[in-house]
Amino acid sequence: MFEEIGTTTEGDLIINVGPQHPATHGVLHLVITLNGETIKKVEPHLGYIHRSIEKMCESLTYRQFIYVTSRMDYLSAHINNHACALCVEKGLQIEVPPRALVIRVIMDELTRIASHELWWGAMAMDLGAFTPFFHAFRERESINEIMEETCGARLTMNYNVPGGVMADLHKEFPKRVKAFITLYKSKISEYAELVTGNIIFQNRMKMVGHLSVGDAISYGCSGPTARGSGVSCDIRKLYPYAVYDKVEFDEVLETGCDSFSRYIVRIREMQQSVRIIEQLIDNIPDGEFQAKTKAVLKLPKGEFYTRVETARGELGVFIVSEGGTTPYRIKFRSPGFSNLSALDKMARGSKLGDLVAMMGTLDLVIPDIDR
Amino acid sequence: MSTDTEILKGRLTELLPSAVFDESGEWLNITLQPTVWHSFALQLRQVESLNFDYLFCLTCIDWKTHLTMVYHLTSTTFRHSIVVKSLLKIDKPVIETVSDIWKTAEFHEREVYELFGVNFIDHPDLRLLILPEGWEGKNPLRKDFEDHVNMVKL
Repeated sequence: MFEEIGTTTEGDLIINVGPQHPATHGVLHLVITLNGETIKKVEPHLGYIHRSIEKMCESLTYRQFIYVTSRMDYLSAHINNHACALCVEKGLQIEVPPRALVIRVIMDELTRIASHELWWGAMAMDLGAFTPFFHAFRERESINEIMEETCGARLTMNYNVPGGVMADLHKEFPKRVKAFITLYKSKISEYAELVTGNIIFQNRMKMVGHLSVGDAISYGCSGPTARGSGVSCDIRKLYPYAVYDKVEFDEVLETGCDSFSRYIVRIREMQQSVRIIEQLIDNIPDGEFQAKTKAVLKLPKGEFYTRVETARGELGVFIVSEGGTTPYRIKFRSPGFSNLSALDKMARGSKLGDLVAMMGTLDLVIPDIDR
Repeated sequence: MSTDTEILKGRLTELLPSAVFDESGEWLNITLQPTVWHSFALQLRQVESLNFDYLFCLTCIDWKTHLTMVYHLTSTTFRHSIVVKSLLKIDKPVIETVSDIWKTAEFHEREVYELFGVNFIDHPDLRLLILPEGWEGKNPLRKDFEDHVNMVKL
């Protein structure tokens, strides 16, 4: 599984994990310095799926660039699109109709559940449990079907446009979402029985990958990674966008600072997402699903920054405009990039076998890191 | 402008009288000389009434005549945010590192180093991060970068 590339003079062993390794879920390359079985250093080498999305966006119009961002964090595609649409709307001061705001939030939360489902299955598989993967994909499949019916795509949704959403919901949408919620709620106990309560699993997760509060902030961690260390950083609560200030939900915080805390945060977050959807699904306002916008969008000269909470953490979209039809410079502050930088700090001094448990609870999506 | 921003501006002026403020954007913008950045950053982090502990975005903009470094900072205790900017020369861009103050800057500065060619003084490990080893040629996110194979002119 691991390829040895050489031993340094002090007796340290340097090994490569990836870029083609099943536990990295993508093309992440880690160079690990080992002393015996103890990790001395973890050095990520990135760029295997770098497409320079930031450079690409400089030649795309404000309508076009949103579609490219689906390919960043492909498990939070809808939320990425939402962030970009928000940024353009901020620049143009477009008022989005209430119907579109609610649709966006419901879709965001469905995306979040689907993303956490996949993480849950894949992480359990990394630790040697194969069954949870099928359980997770069974529920995730029904979300993907809802997505397919609504926006025509299962993964790269491209449903958001500046001013609202691309098309109206179909008639069956509330019925389908409610059916999913009923199904999901009946399965929650299975998750606890299969994985959370499993003593072998707990032993592998507890006291592993310690990330202190100070380090989590200093390394710029966000999302469930930081909230597992007790850092309050949910953008939906701190800087509410769309209708997040009108729905009731809790910011999930755990103070264990270890892999198990990060795991629990994600599990409980899925339940909060269900809670948000339940409040909104019967109260989708009637009216327009898209504001009227000009055919050619031109952002005024200036700088615009929006932040949203994706399934992985804080996504920032920074647009610098010179007044033209394309952005002068765009920066995507991706959550995975900062979360990954903390891996070295977490892993130092632990055993090699625990590395997979740490990487699993960071929920890395490599295209999101490389961009 | 809110009173909070006014108070914040007052405190920051005390620390660095040479700073230039701009309040047109969402957050308070501060432009400073690259030579004073590290000592000012240290104060931003350490002064208790400021406590800017979370660097949530670090990037660079190529303006063809000069480069602008942009740092987005916020405080997790007070929830106030500022944007710090510093103008660098286009032919020899140099600025002090802040990776000893905010750990996240280490990765972000490496990214800016390879994509914009900015040199960070005292950075512990200034190597290529995203670009392949042995990369030669211009920095990809500079405006004068050209790649006839992979870039399609629209």
